Amino acid sequence: MRVLVVEDDTETAAYVTKGLTERGHVVDLATDGYQGLDRAQRGTFDAMIIDRMLPQLDGLSIIVTLRSAGINTPVLVLSALSDVDDRVQGLSAGGDDYLVKPFALSELLARVSALTRRGTSASRLNVADLEMDLLSRTVTRAGRPLDLLPREFRLLEYLMRHAGEVLTRTMLLEKVWDSHVDPQTNVIDVHVGRLRQKIDRGFAAPLLHTVRGAGYCLRAT
Amino acid sequence: MLRLLRTNALRLAAVYFALFAVSVLALLAFIYFSIANFVDRQTEAIIRAEIRGLADQYERAGLPGLIDTIHARIAGQQVHATLYLVTDQQLQPLAGNLTFWPSASPLRPGWIRFPVEARGDGTSETDSALASVFVLSGGYRLLVGRDLSDAEAFRARMNHTLAWAGWLTFALGIAGAVLMTRNMLRRVELVNRTSAGIIHGDLSQRVPLNGSGDEFDQLATNLNAMLERIEQLVIGMRQVTDNIAHDLRTPLARLRARLEMALLERPTATRYVKTLRDGIDDADHLLATFNALLSIAKAEAGSRRDLLVVVDLARIALSMAELYEPVAEKKGLMLTVSSDPVLPVKGNEHLLSQAIANLLDNAIKYTAAGTVTLSARRDGTTARIEVADSGSGIPVDQREAVFERFVRLEPSRSTPGNGLGLSLVRAVAKLHGGEVRLEDNDPGLRAVLTLAALDDQAMPREAAASDRPAALRRASGGR
Repeated sequence: MRVLVVEDDTETAAYVTKGLTERGHVVDLATDGYQGLDRAQRGTFDAMIIDRMLPQLDGLSIIVTLRSAGINTPVLVLSALSDVDDRVQGLSAGGDDYLVKPFALSELLARVSALTRRGTSASRLNVADLEMDLLSRTVTRAGRPLDLLPREFRLLEYLMRHAGEVLTRTMLLEKVWDSHVDPQTNVIDVHVGRLRQKIDRGFAAPLLHTVRGAGYCLRAT
Repeated sequence: MLRLLRTNALRLAAVYFALFAVSVLALLAFIYFSIANFVDRQTEAIIRAEIRGLADQYERAGLPGLIDTIHARIAGQQVHATLYLVTDQQLQPLAGNLTFWPSASPLRPGWIRFPVEARGDGTSETDSALASVFVLSGGYRLLVGRDLSDAEAFRARMNHTLAWAGWLTFALGIAGAVLMTRNMLRRVELVNRTSAGIIHGDLSQRVPLNGSGDEFDQLATNLNAMLERIEQLVIGMRQVTDNIAHDLRTPLARLRARLEMALLERPTATRYVKTLRDGIDDADHLLATFNALLSIAKAEAGSRRDLLVVVDLARIALSMAELYEPVAEKKGLMLTVSSDPVLPVKGNEHLLSQAIANLLDNAIKYTAAGTVTLSARRDGTTARIEVADSGSGIPVDQREAVFERFVRLEPSRSTPGNGLGLSLVRAVAKLHGGEVRLEDNDPGLRAVLTLAALDDQAMPREAAASDRPAALRRASGGR
């Protein structure tokens, strides 16, 4: 995957580049706003990571310019501004996701891969023998129906749409609960644990895996 | 005095004074001209009456009668205020107290002005006189005049008085302007002195009031209120910095020690990995604490007060309950929720969510067994959020202390947490103009958060109808 990184802080840029490269992505780095906009307009990328505060031209302006030029490559906005309002601003400028500095590399990688995986419009989702019917809102594993609460259903739906990807706790809280609260206890772990009870208990091969130091991943074996 | 000249107050006073002086001068001039005019008219009227009388006398008694009358008139007055002269056609005096026909006077009837010898003192000074000439039948001429020295003395006296009045006004005006300016400056000076004190670091200074309730007092009251608020904020910030310094120093020191130890020990690769992992955990903990402090500081600063919008507190409470319900269940607690259908308030959804989450988190954390109840209900004009538990509670004398930053009571020190949860709740309550307090739940603790409620109709229709979290079908998780 080709990723454009626009980041003026060399330390952060090196950290992000290293992380992405180790995952097998090809990274193109721009260190100021104009350079970033120029590269973004000329090259073809699968995803872009753009810092919000850049010399010469700020990140949100780059995104607005790109969007108005019809370039719809998914963008992850990086920012030290953490208010919910700042986040809303970043997303309404055309960013697809918003990550606050400082962040864990695993969080960044998870979000970048979630960005590029476009959800299917199919009415059925499958992971191994787990099946979700979005129209009748039913879930079966190996043909056996599972009884899920509405929120559990949404959690599983998100996990299935991003099957094979690592999803962090913050991502789940943001995407499934649409909330930016900071739960003092690890609330998400409990919710995932409860979902795991329902989909994995009594089956030989677990589907919902905990990824140490990162989050969760739904995949066959 | 030099400083006085540069002041705005003096400029203002000067403008007023100039206006005042011009008005007084105009008034004085008006008085002068009307009185002078009145005196002239008066003199003319006397002369006219006298001539008419004498002419009548002439008609009735002829020349001798006239002459007798004139002699009688002259004899009757102590000073020669009225002048009489009767001449023949050749202007030879026949009778009167004027010895000759005034040289400059015309022979035709009309008003004349001429100099006369000053009366009484015999000096060579002359007064002026006003006279009228009347031609009698037979060619005799009658002149009746008034010595104007009285009128002129009066006029001079009036000039003098008016001049004095003018000067007095001027002097009083200047004195008034200076006093007024001084007085104003003294009030401003008080404000200045207070500001100077504050600039030099003494934030406790306040502008003194004089109790009159005038504009200066109002200004001072407002300034003092502003200073009070600033002082609170600064104290708050200072407290935050102190606390950050205090509370972040310990984990930072631990992190540093851990890293240094790793360097000294020459450990194995797995030990390195563990050290790094622990280091990252420490850093994450630090960041979480830092973020919490930042949220509190921002809420306390009230910088987002303008961003408060109508939100449904009932919906927020339900969704937080839904988020925490499995946590309670896992601990074997029963979490029950009750709420009004809608509970609109003006607020910041994110901060209100966080506040309710913190209250729930505490309740679940400090309750070993039993129930946790969340309710979101309208109570008259207040929206009331209650989180009650059946835990061990908090002694009455410590219920205020737990709202302080980093305060953790003895038994809870061993549980995870940063001691900032309730501080944030209080800051959020304050930001919304509400309050939070802890009460006895017998047994357990009840946290009550109250805000001003809006009308149920205040809720935008679509927001009220949709996005209600699919209700907690199982309100409890007790097992």
